[in-house]
Amino acid sequence: MTNPTPIAIRSDRVSRHYQMGEALVHAVDDVSIEIRAGEFIALLGSSGSGKSTLLNLMAGLDRPTSGRIFAEGRNLAEMRSEELAKHRSHTIGIVFQAFNLLPRMTLEENVELPLRLAEVDREERRARVREAIERVRLTARLTHRPSELSGGEQQRTALARALVNRPSILLADEPTGNLDSVTGDQILRLLQEINETGVTIVMVTHERPRAASFSRRIVVMSDGKITSDGGSA
Amino acid sequence: MKGRDLAELAGRNLREAFLRNSLTTIGICVGVASLVAMLSLGVGLQDLAADRLARTGLFDAIFVTPRSAAAAYRGTVGAGSGSAQPPKPLDEQARHQMATLPNVVEVYPDIRFPIEIHYAGNSYATVAAGVAPSARKDGAFDGMRGSFFSSPDAAETILQIDLARQLSDNPDALVGRELTLRYAEREPLPPDPASSKSAPDGFSIVPKDKDLRIVGIVETEPAGGIGSLGRGRLLLPLQLAETLRTARANDLRDLLRDSPSQHSYESLTVRVNDPPRVKAVEDSIKQMGFTAFSLLDASKSLSLVFTVFDLFLGIFGSLALVVASLGIINTLVMAILERRREIGILKALGASDTDVRSLFFVEAGAMGSLGGVLGVLLGWLIGYGINFGTNVYLKGRNLPSIQVTAVPWWMVVAAIAFSIVVSLAAGIYPASRAARLDPVEALRYE
Repeated sequence: MTNPTPIAIRSDRVSRHYQMGEALVHAVDDVSIEIRAGEFIALLGSSGSGKSTLLNLMAGLDRPTSGRIFAEGRNLAEMRSEELAKHRSHTIGIVFQAFNLLPRMTLEENVELPLRLAEVDREERRARVREAIERVRLTARLTHRPSELSGGEQQRTALARALVNRPSILLADEPTGNLDSVTGDQILRLLQEINETGVTIVMVTHERPRAASFSRRIVVMSDGKITSDGGSA
Repeated sequence: MKGRDLAELAGRNLREAFLRNSLTTIGICVGVASLVAMLSLGVGLQDLAADRLARTGLFDAIFVTPRSAAAAYRGTVGAGSGSAQPPKPLDEQARHQMATLPNVVEVYPDIRFPIEIHYAGNSYATVAAGVAPSARKDGAFDGMRGSFFSSPDAAETILQIDLARQLSDNPDALVGRELTLRYAEREPLPPDPASSKSAPDGFSIVPKDKDLRIVGIVETEPAGGIGSLGRGRLLLPLQLAETLRTARANDLRDLLRDSPSQHSYESLTVRVNDPPRVKAVEDSIKQMGFTAFSLLDASKSLSLVFTVFDLFLGIFGSLALVVASLGIINTLVMAILERRREIGILKALGASDTDVRSLFFVEAGAMGSLGGVLGVLLGWLIGYGINFGTNVYLKGRNLPSIQVTAVPWWMVVAAIAFSIVVSLAAGIYPASRAARLDPVEALRYE
């Protein structure tokens, strides 16, 4: 008998409600989900379905209104602000649809930024930055600023930045949303490669065909609830 | 985040909004400069006044006179003896006693007597005064023509400029020349063979001449003590003046005493090594049975006036720094708005609230430090300009140069520290606001 794969992320009846004027918005409503280490999950849903909010809760960028959410066994809802920052720095890597690179920093400096925040030594920093940039195949663009890079290159830079701290979980919020289909596929192939090295990937997308092609599990959300879980390619 | 990384990121952020941050830093610089210039003027004027007063010899001196007979009588009646005691004479023994008191530097009499000068075939009547060796530091000798006495008993004289002008149309040419001093000497009478006393009963007054070399010319006479009345226009070394045995008013009082041969002084000046010690020495002299008076209280009042003066100058100077601190708040609040998304990214990548707060603090502190250093430099330059202008004006009026501003090291340190503290205080609100930013909201910001 083999050991079951450990759980990377688990939400337990987690909800996130917002007050919008008079109305109470149930962005995430009573969601329970288990994501095992090494999985590549696509969170699928239309705009406003709550998938990005759930991703933010998993990242520790947001706190649930109720329920519990665990990352590698630790309840994010109970963590203090400084602990959440450490969680984002050491456990999680995040990629955004809008890349979110700092425009006045070079590619190399952008990738180095999480290492500065994690207080990694300079010598080691240099090696890890090179390693992450080689992984996304952007070695020739080290000194370029984001404005001098194509959309695909910017997203690869964002991927390198997300990976540089060697996280166990990579959260990607619409990583292909701002890219053409060819470049988008390249990014998704990169995510697949990363996943093959053991990194758990949770990708938010609204493109079902792509989700079906690249992820191994599809979770569909609608109106803040999970409507389907388990569909795969 | 490590300090070096924090400094690098802050430096990068400051360079990115170079113009705005430079203007804010210049604002701090002007604020600090105004504070430093104001305080340097206050401190400079205080130093100047203190130095000038110290050079008058008034604030480290005690003026001693014998108690009046009436005071002595009141004292004895109060004690119940019923008989009036004569006042204790201010004689050589008393002078020696005072000289041995702790912290006493010098005890000397106020010697001043009428003379006639013979120079180039003409006679001039005036007053001579003895000058103690310690008077060399007196402000009256600043910028004198010639030099101070070569020794305490040298046959030399220093002339006051008005007298020198009477002697010659070219006063400067008098230095090195000789003049003859005619004065009234007190000459003891030979003992009366019919009397049983061995000491003489009186004295005669005879004219005497003394040749003196002119070694210097001064604009004013040194103060020479609190009790000095009338101006001496011809100055002599004190020891020389004492050996001349000139006839003085006190000689008549000595004649009436039981021991007329024992010379007493009208007054003595006691110099103390440090003004704060004047009070203790003054009390000791009073206990010895003499009347003593000093200007210490006046000195204390002066110090109080300057402290209040400095306080107000400091407050006015600080107002500019307060305005500058508003500039820091404005700059950093604007930076939060502009860098809202960047703050969100930093937080998403693992920056803690403390990291974000520290980043803004370092930026505020850097502007404060740089503004403080530049401000001190500018304040010093303003002070230098004030000094320069004042001295140009004084030179035009043929007056000696002075230092009206002073920037002591403590002011440099305090001004920079104050600038940093004010900048950090100004950074508290923006830094806290930035640290509190919700990363999800910040990342949504366009």
